[in-house]
Amino acid sequence: MAHAHSADHSTAHAAPAGGHGEGVQHPIRIYLWIWLLLFVFSTFSYLVDFFQLQGYLRWTLIIIFMLLKAGFIVAIFMHMAWERLALKLAILLPPLALMVLLGLMAIEGDYTFVTRLQAFVQQIQTPGEHREVPEFTPGH
Amino acid sequence: MSHESSATLPAVPEGLKGVTSDWSADKQAFPVPWGKAMMWIFLLSDTFIFSCFLISYMNVRISTTAQWPNPSEVFSLTVFGTPVPLFLIAIMTMILITSSGTMAMAVNFGYRRDRKKTALLMFATALLGLSFVGMQAFEWSKLILDEGVRPWGNPMGAAQFGSAFFMITGFHGLHVSCGVIYLSVVAIRVLNGFYDRKGTYETVEVAGLYWHFVDLVWVFIFAFFYLW
Repeated sequence: MAHAHSADHSTAHAAPAGGHGEGVQHPIRIYLWIWLLLFVFSTFSYLVDFFQLQGYLRWTLIIIFMLLKAGFIVAIFMHMAWERLALKLAILLPPLALMVLLGLMAIEGDYTFVTRLQAFVQQIQTPGEHREVPEFTPGH
Repeated sequence: MSHESSATLPAVPEGLKGVTSDWSADKQAFPVPWGKAMMWIFLLSDTFIFSCFLISYMNVRISTTAQWPNPSEVFSLTVFGTPVPLFLIAIMTMILITSSGTMAMAVNFGYRRDRKKTALLMFATALLGLSFVGMQAFEWSKLILDEGVRPWGNPMGAAQFGSAFFMITGFHGLHVSCGVIYLSVVAIRVLNGFYDRKGTYETVEVAGLYWHFVDLVWVFIFAFFYLW
């Protein structure tokens, strides 16, 4: 079965357009299974909030369920599992660059947070030089 | 069919050798319909846009000194007198997953040349998308009118909550709305036999890619904005 899929794909577009051989034809069953799995994972991630799990347990569970869902959607629903490796790499590798941005922005965010805290402490210690910082006052 | 035709064609290497031969040869790099390759590249660029939104949301949430409003409380809905956390969001998530399921089956029936079922499933997908946008409109009005959330502040805590929320869910809602129109157009063309005359149902799969991506983005928004 798996062989038939890959063979279908590599030859489908070398052959003249039309006729059969286009795309992938799977039994409906596989989509129903993935559908069910997505429901289950969504329910699980909702329950994480419902039971108010906190801290690292919460964050780990949220990310695991999120990645599982994303993986199944891309691999099965978007047919990525049956594409050739060249296309897989071209689409799936570039987003990894975002991890660098993510890391930099996390460091930057921490730095801004500490700087703001220091500014507040200074404000409290020297009330004479009080300066309005409208950005920090919650609720306008 | 596939066994006979693969025997008549030159062998295509697999694995990493396949990558170099596909990329270095003076030929079409991706052996897929051009519409599919273009949609994937568009979705890749969209991935970067949504990631930038989510990463900037992370940045303001880390750097703010004010308390971040608890999404579990902000988005709770009172059902029969008891507040249920994230009630509407859970329903919206299920609706979007259901629509992804119907879309996947529409693609499948498209390749089987089943016009009626393909169109029906696509209209069902568009309808589910429309109900998603409707619920989002309800959520936005509730947040703006009842809770007093604005892009520049809110009564619950950190001012950045509003701007991040409206930006991220607004952009996603725009994608869903565009998807509803896109799917409807393709579904009408399926129904009037346009793709039978064209000889291929690839367009249905390409539209499906877009729709699944919208669902995919929601998975990340749901995890990082509503659950975190």
